[in-house]
Amino acid sequence: MSRSLILKTHKALVSKKVSCLELVNWYLSEIKKSDLNAFITVTEESAIESAKKVDDKIRNGEKIGILEGIPMSLKDNFSTKGIRTTCASKMLENYYPVYDSTVYDVLKKAGCILLGKANLDEFAMGSSNETSYFGPVKNPHDKTRVAGGSSGGACASVASGLATFSIGSDTGGSIRQPASFCGIVGFKPTYGAISRYGLIPLASSLDCVGPLTISVEDASILFDLLSFYDPKDERCSPIKRKPTLNCLENEIKGLKIGVPTNCFYGSDEETYNAVENAVKFYEKLGASVSFFEFPELDLSMPIYCVLGRAETASNMSRFDGIRYGYKYDGPYKDIDDLMTRTRSIAFGEEVKRRILVGSYVLSAGHKALYKKSLNLRNMVIDSFNKRFTEFDVLMMPASPTTAFGFNYAEGDPLKMQLADICVVPANIAGLPAISVPCGYDSNNLPIGLQILGKQWSDDLIFNVANVYEKENFCAKIIGGVQYEV
Amino acid sequence: MKYDLVCGMETHIELSTLSKLFCKCRVNFGDSPNENCCPICIGAPGTLPILNKQAVRYAIRMGLALNCKINSFSKMERKCYFYPDLSKNFQTSQNDLPLCSGGFVQLESGKKIRINHIHIEEDAGKIKRHSDGIYVDYNRGGVPLIEIVSEPDISSADEAQEYIEKLQLFARYLKISSARMQEGSIRCDVNVSVKPSNSNELGTRVEIKNMNSISFISKAIAYEYERQSDALEGGLPIEQETRRFNEASGMTESMRNKENASEYCYFPEPDLLSICVTEKELDDIKKEMPKLFSERYDYYLNLGISEKFARLIIKYVNVSDYFDEVIRDCKVPDKIASIIVGPIFSYLKTEVEKEKFDISVSTDDLKYLGNLISEDKISNSNAQKVVSKCLENGFDLKEEVKNFISDDSFDLEKICKDVLSQNTEAVKDYKNGKEKAIQALVGKVMAQTKGRANPEKILSIMKSLI
Repeated sequence: MSRSLILKTHKALVSKKVSCLELVNWYLSEIKKSDLNAFITVTEESAIESAKKVDDKIRNGEKIGILEGIPMSLKDNFSTKGIRTTCASKMLENYYPVYDSTVYDVLKKAGCILLGKANLDEFAMGSSNETSYFGPVKNPHDKTRVAGGSSGGACASVASGLATFSIGSDTGGSIRQPASFCGIVGFKPTYGAISRYGLIPLASSLDCVGPLTISVEDASILFDLLSFYDPKDERCSPIKRKPTLNCLENEIKGLKIGVPTNCFYGSDEETYNAVENAVKFYEKLGASVSFFEFPELDLSMPIYCVLGRAETASNMSRFDGIRYGYKYDGPYKDIDDLMTRTRSIAFGEEVKRRILVGSYVLSAGHKALYKKSLNLRNMVIDSFNKRFTEFDVLMMPASPTTAFGFNYAEGDPLKMQLADICVVPANIAGLPAISVPCGYDSNNLPIGLQILGKQWSDDLIFNVANVYEKENFCAKIIGGVQYEV
Repeated sequence: MKYDLVCGMETHIELSTLSKLFCKCRVNFGDSPNENCCPICIGAPGTLPILNKQAVRYAIRMGLALNCKINSFSKMERKCYFYPDLSKNFQTSQNDLPLCSGGFVQLESGKKIRINHIHIEEDAGKIKRHSDGIYVDYNRGGVPLIEIVSEPDISSADEAQEYIEKLQLFARYLKISSARMQEGSIRCDVNVSVKPSNSNELGTRVEIKNMNSISFISKAIAYEYERQSDALEGGLPIEQETRRFNEASGMTESMRNKENASEYCYFPEPDLLSICVTEKELDDIKKEMPKLFSERYDYYLNLGISEKFARLIIKYVNVSDYFDEVIRDCKVPDKIASIIVGPIFSYLKTEVEKEKFDISVSTDDLKYLGNLISEDKISNSNAQKVVSKCLENGFDLKEEVKNFISDDSFDLEKICKDVLSQNTEAVKDYKNGKEKAIQALVGKVMAQTKGRANPEKILSIMKSLI
């Protein structure tokens, strides 16, 4: 029995168990009923129109691609032509882009049907989806808790059956942490594997695009589609990609697993136990496991805070009210005053905080901090490279805790940032990493196992994750899927 | 007290690549506002830059011409400041690691003006003020520029003028820019300070911006030298500031002072790869380097062209290119040179017209004329006349020249005899040693033959008859 929701849905469509229109309408009505706040914009009309076209093809006996007619959601920081793209900010509340991101363009061409744009932290800055101008997203497993962030809406939509899959972005764990909180699979590829063109950037040297799915196989299908050299992104690598889908079932006997013990400091006991059990499972399959101290990992967070915020500050500077987006409409003195008023009103607290920190570390007097962080980043990369001569993969939790409640970090913004302590290292070093569900705590909240590999070992990560999932599948679609027989 | 002028220049040159520095939009001067714009160059959220390799090659050409070291590894950086003509509110430029370092420009005197570095950057758009509001035109936004930064080695307004004219010539000969001041494809910021001649300590420097002609640059420098020396003489301090040149008054005036100097927050552009120039790429660029003016000048002298003419021809790359094309397999390059410097230059009255060199007489026409001259089928003066006539009236030269071609059918002996018998005074003068008199007689024969007889033949007949 396949765990792939994409394949199941595809089969249901070609065997005419359900029409694409029925399917899409079902999803749309579920979205309307939902109170999770997972979507910012629902693209009902175009979804129905596209569904009819797929049905025409099926009716005419034409062959449809595996992703054709599959309903999806998309994090609302991907540019979509003619479809409102807000980044969950007042700044872009009424922004309609004139071009498509490469990722959406490819998904559209593969026939996927966009149900809507998913909620996120404002400009992807946050780990709880609470910084969204459109309000926080509730966790499908417990509505008194957060869905995680920044891809909170995207994850919640998949976990609660409001979309077959979603696409998110991960700058410092924004795919893996909410996937872990929502009990689904979240994959962050090697930096440069998937084009960033049209992804509204947070920190350009850290941003990665990746799938959010119910199963590893679905993530692999989407990764194989989206991972190619895009000449529109200079930092998208031209190296030849290995398909990952046909590696999923490879044997992992002899796999060398490293478990950095310092990743567990501050983690829940239940989280620790779940990850330890997962590691034991691999041992049973013939993998070797070593626990070791990896002190360089602890540098990732400060490096992330300096470099990430520096890039963020300059990436945010184009939002000034002159060309697009919100523009202050009261009286103003001069152009500087107009820009200042616009930005003061339309950016939220977290965005402002990061712009301030970023501008501070880039200013002439504090350049040393920035340069030191660049050097330390190289050091962390080197130490990862060294570890990967001993180990094939590293395992750790995707988050030290399960989903926390709202206002968890009230008055202490750094506390929120520390929730990302396990996920940030992969961004610093550009490594592929996956979060795969590995059980539930006593509150019935999902726990995520994180698996990291060296650059371009994306195929191995999928393989290792799939081998686990096969025997320990525990992703749940909250609400269930009606059309399933 | 005597004061020395100390002056350095920052020269921006727009590269004439087909497309912009980071996108595929066309680079063209004078198109209607925001015609050449795309999501990338208006900075739509999520767009990414892709570096135009041709711009890098063009910049390297300039680096090689100015004797710079071409760095095998350089980086683009973001220069962050808010201004509406900058669509991303940062300019993608170079800072720590520029493409070219060192180098110099040699003046006619032999003096070298050292170059600190040359870097690549994108141009900004233009702010346009209308009665109903302020608009931004992003056509120029993202156009590739090189900035050539000199050391403060310039010590007079004349040197400044020569330096900038040299850069202009280099840019044009290297085929990397039209380098037209009036179109803004070459722009200069000048840093000026003065110091007492007996001192080694540099004075406070003032930056002068917004000068759109070379003569304004030298006027501004001359004015600034006077202003600063007077101030020092009077015991007044020089303020570090940015000044603009007022064309009407011929004076510089304060724009803003440097006290609130901008914080540019430079950092490496994370969306772009480092620029790596391999040995092979550098060799290829060297191979495709166009011939520069100094080389062409020497070549012209070797062809027997006068220094004066050679200098006039190399002053304009389009003229030099045209000339080179005509004199390929031509036996009379000196005659061609005098046609260009003569009738063609007097037809193209302004410097701008000469620089553009847009004329109706083709190189092919002039080649044809050159052949006629070398075969003695047309006199020099008729050749010049026909060119003048064609330029002014737009006539087809190959047709028009038929009316000027030498004609051997005249009975020259008879005409000469007639002329001699009618001009006995002149004959007498000649016999008395007035050499010039015979020229007048030849002229008369030429007039009767409407200029189409061979003047040398006439002269020899005359001499034998007398």
